[in-house]
Amino acid sequence: MGTLAIKANALVKWFGEGETKTNAVKSASFEANFGELLYIVGPSGSGKTTLLSMISGILKPNEGSVLVEGKDIWQMKSDDIADLRLHKIGFVFQDYHLFPRLTTVENVAIPLILKKMDWNEALKVALEYLEIVGLQNRAQLQPVKLSGGEQQRVAIARAIAGHPDILIFDEPTASLDGDTGRKIVEFIKTKILTADRCVIIVTHDSRIYEYADTIMKMEDGKIIGFERNTLTAQ
Amino acid sequence: MPGILKIALKLLVNDRSKFIALLVGITFAVFLMIMMMSMFSGILARSSSSVYNVGAKIWVMDPAVNNATSSIPMPDYVLSNARSIDGVKYAVPIYFGNALVKLKSGAYQAVSVVGLDDATLYGRPELIEGKIQDIYAENAFFVVKDAEFKKLESPTVGTEFEINDHRGLVVGVAKVTSSGLFGIPTVYTTYNRAITYIPSMRFTTSYILIEPKHDTDIPFIQQQIKKLGYQALTRDQFVQKISDFYTYQTGMGMNVLMMTAISFIVGLSISGQTFYTFILENLERFGALKAIGAKGHELIAMILFQASFTALLGYGLGVGLASGLMILAKLRLPSYAAQVTYTNLTFAFFMVLIMAGVSSYIGVRKVLQIQPFDIFRG
Repeated sequence: MGTLAIKANALVKWFGEGETKTNAVKSASFEANFGELLYIVGPSGSGKTTLLSMISGILKPNEGSVLVEGKDIWQMKSDDIADLRLHKIGFVFQDYHLFPRLTTVENVAIPLILKKMDWNEALKVALEYLEIVGLQNRAQLQPVKLSGGEQQRVAIARAIAGHPDILIFDEPTASLDGDTGRKIVEFIKTKILTADRCVIIVTHDSRIYEYADTIMKMEDGKIIGFERNTLTAQ
Repeated sequence: MPGILKIALKLLVNDRSKFIALLVGITFAVFLMIMMMSMFSGILARSSSSVYNVGAKIWVMDPAVNNATSSIPMPDYVLSNARSIDGVKYAVPIYFGNALVKLKSGAYQAVSVVGLDDATLYGRPELIEGKIQDIYAENAFFVVKDAEFKKLESPTVGTEFEINDHRGLVVGVAKVTSSGLFGIPTVYTTYNRAITYIPSMRFTTSYILIEPKHDTDIPFIQQQIKKLGYQALTRDQFVQKISDFYTYQTGMGMNVLMMTAISFIVGLSISGQTFYTFILENLERFGALKAIGAKGHELIAMILFQASFTALLGYGLGVGLASGLMILAKLRLPSYAAQVTYTNLTFAFFMVLIMAGVSSYIGVRKVLQIQPFDIFRG
């Protein structure tokens, strides 16, 4: 396993006040390393997404700290956190959130454009990433004309186009059939996960557990255990 | 163009139905505003046509006069007194009246008659046919070739007509800067012939036209005229007085203001509502952009750009549509009183900016409120 990518220390998050107060995450601590494929698993409402949001600089914890490559992100200004997300973290959302009015290649180019890359150059680079996910021939189509699996791959291409050190997938197989889901995770494991990249997947799809290096189990806002996968699929 | 704005542009224009709805809303509003204001400007310009055409620097009148065509005749001593004021280079009377003309065909046509000072012909129009000295010939008149010229059956030099049972003879055809408001032809003759041919009251001088020795003499001349119980106005002051009359005392200004306000509200409602819907539909994408790493000011720039782009395009289309319609209307109706002025364009532009501003404000508020966490939670 590589060096430390993310360190979460005693993260606590609650929503609401008084009688409506809900404790979403209760003192969660864990570490994720470069070269590691970490799964966060657990039933709905166990706090997976909340935890994911806190470690990726999207949701501020009520207590605790998050170190990304050694820096406490919640001590940063909001623009610096946005910069960190842009340069260090890639997201693949559960519903992909592709832009239906842009072409596939333009969707992939978004992080590059946000990084102020020239438009034409960004499209050129985005096309290379579409090639990586095997969709270069779909570059000029709008996302609605792609299948669910293809849209997932476009979202992956968009996430990796910005060269992030940490990649976060929220339920990547939730809307895919078993075969497509397995192929996507296989692709993540073989093509996306590198020695200098940490991949974190939130899922409750047990069919893909075999691909994980580490499985972190959550229940009722708490981390209830870690499981090192000795039979990791290659 | 920065890439982020290019994304904003593509998000906007590729959503064809909303983009067209936005454009139609703003174009329609601008079209209505420009049309209303242009018609009003045209009417105001026409209402002061006599003042522009005669071109005198100072006009002396009864204080109760509120527009050029409803003059109140003044006694002769006012002219004598005006001529004796220090700083007056010369002062001459002018007559404005109306008469009925019997044309060659036997038809009757109302005309506006301008009687020029016999000695100087001060305020005479530019002739395009005939000689100026022919105005002193028996029964001589100049006719003005403007949009109403055809109503006199397009007379030429030598055409005869009857005016209040007197013989009239066209000795010249003239052109003027601006046509009148009421759609009747204009003829010029000498002051004395005008008051002879047209029944008048005890006093006959409609206005006294004064040429000051220097512009600095104008305030003093105005003071002296005021002492006589009359009013001396510069050309601009008189035009303003006429404009004020039509704007505030005829209900015309209020009507135009109401129509302009309604146009603005209609445009604002359509564009605001459509833009809001557009933002709502794209809210998750803006949230996704935030999650990816877009900063608040970049999202604001995107929305401002989208709103400004639509507003400016709609403004251009609205102005073009209004101008096109006015050109077509003028081809069909030469006396159509509408003119696009810089003031109208500027006013409409600011109204459109307000539309864009309000629409953007709603959009920006919504987008800044969305949290990337909401995107994760779905």
